[in-house]
Amino acid sequence: MSDSIKADVRAFVVESFLFGDTNYDLSDDTSFIEGDIIDSTGVLELVAFIEERFDITLADAEIIPANLDSIAKIQAFVSRKTTPAQAMAV
Amino acid sequence: MRVEENLRESRRRHGAKTAVVNAGRRISYAEFDDLTDGLAAALRRQGVARGDRVLVFMENGWEAAVSIYGVLKAGAVFAPVNASTKADKLAYIVDNCRARAILTQAKLAPAVASALQISQGAPLVVVADGVEACPGAVAFEDCLVDQEAPPRAPGIDVDLAMLIYTSGSTGRPKGVMMNHRNVEAAAGSITTYLEASADDIILNVLPLAFDYGLYQLIMAVKLGATLVLEKSFAFPQAIFELMRAERVTGFPLVPTMAAMIVRMRDLEPGFLPNLRYLTNTAAALPVEHIARLRELFPEARLYSMYGLTECKRCTWLPPSELDRRPNSVGVAIPNTEALVVDDAGLVVAPGVVGELVIRGPHVMQGYWENEAATNQMLRPGPNPWEKVLHTGDLFYADEEGFLYFVGRKDDIIKTRGEKVAPKEVEAVLHACPGVAEAVVVGKPDPILGQSVHAIVVLSDPKVTPRQIAAHCAQRLEDFMTPKSIEIRTELPKTDTGKVSRRLAAESLEPAQ
Repeated sequence: MSDSIKADVRAFVVESFLFGDTNYDLSDDTSFIEGDIIDSTGVLELVAFIEERFDITLADAEIIPANLDSIAKIQAFVSRKTTPAQAMAV
Repeated sequence: MRVEENLRESRRRHGAKTAVVNAGRRISYAEFDDLTDGLAAALRRQGVARGDRVLVFMENGWEAAVSIYGVLKAGAVFAPVNASTKADKLAYIVDNCRARAILTQAKLAPAVASALQISQGAPLVVVADGVEACPGAVAFEDCLVDQEAPPRAPGIDVDLAMLIYTSGSTGRPKGVMMNHRNVEAAAGSITTYLEASADDIILNVLPLAFDYGLYQLIMAVKLGATLVLEKSFAFPQAIFELMRAERVTGFPLVPTMAAMIVRMRDLEPGFLPNLRYLTNTAAALPVEHIARLRELFPEARLYSMYGLTECKRCTWLPPSELDRRPNSVGVAIPNTEALVVDDAGLVVAPGVVGELVIRGPHVMQGYWENEAATNQMLRPGPNPWEKVLHTGDLFYADEEGFLYFVGRKDDIIKTRGEKVAPKEVEAVLHACPGVAEAVVVGKPDPILGQSVHAIVVLSDPKVTPRQIAAHCAQRLEDFMTPKSIEIRTELPKTDTGKVSRRLAAESLEPAQ
């Protein structure tokens, strides 16, 4: 599951923000903001993608760098949101 | 008075007070004054002389703030350059103003290196955050500890303070020349109507290379206030956290930020209790957004404003008028005049649309070494001894003299609060392999105001919109890069066969 989350997010980021440039050095931990990969409106697009692709709704308070600023962070966040046991513990 | 005198004065009055908060670092006025003294002395020693142009090519950060005042203390002229500027345009700016130095940061050093390969010039390069990768460059950090004193009187207030490059309708950027008096006049006028004081704490996420962002720094230093400097509004919640922690009182917005706030679902009215005022400029806010902002910030005053780089700010709407005329951008800022005139330069009656013309001490000196463009904008006015600024913006006034924006006389696109000249984007598109013809128009967009939309005719049918977008992204600043690219078999043309942006704009699908 987690690998497929990463792959989906990576594919979206490369397609939407890097114009398909697979040569860009995008590691799982590259910060989207520090790496100038996405801007303000990019975050909105990213949130829309995550909500639709993983069928979850993000509260405003969840739209923060700790959850969304790299592929690895999104993977961890989406995993938490979509795992019922852990979601209940939150 | 020269702009950097404000920093010395604020140090005298508020030496221990925090001037700049950035990335966890807090810089007091005393430290800010010392760091800029060091930089000024180091720049002078490296050959930067009075009147020389120095590019500040940095992201928002304390280093950029120090650079701006350091350059002024050296008697030189700073030119802030957007951090997403690519090598070609950077090289153009270096050559256009014959830059004596570039102050930058390690992250942007590759763009500087590429630019200097194209450029005719050989400026001094000063790099913050790591100079190792840049042979011949000087470490920014070493400059800050220079023990020599900078010149006490580096110039007078009619000397140039800054050059701000703006997107030009001819496709090449033009450097707006502002002298110290212009900057002081604009900053003094704006702080007057904002009723801002040394007690204010201003949050700025707008680029310092954009005059609206830059003036947040200039006004904070003038007031002895505190500037909380951030790079991006991409994660509004993170910014709101910071605003609460720092007890921010002033929050400058552009319509895109307002649109992002309005879209948020869980905000409670009064969630930023210290906020005293919000400002908006660059383009008018939709009336619904004004209503929502007032609901969310019931204790704060909301200022609708309007301006252009060539005079910094033209008008402001007193917040008490907002309910009565939410669509108005108000009246001329204090100690300036804003008139709506016809083609002959005569003031028109209320309700009649004409061009907005500005008089006042904030009007630019002209465009750097571009007499033709200067003469277009600065023209003879009602008095034989002065020139007035023709904004190129169409306005009308109501019976009480409040002003309303109608549109542009030219094709300039306003996106995300920044101006984009379609010709500048089209020039890049025409250089893209496989593109035969292109026209660029603004497309209405709920978040961006307008988005940059390219209509393209291909000479090579194998070329994809994504390839064209990638070509543009490598050559244009982020905000100029087309958000959408549409392939057509021919461009909209007039009866005489001329490509028409107006017809192109009319041919777009209606906005959602």
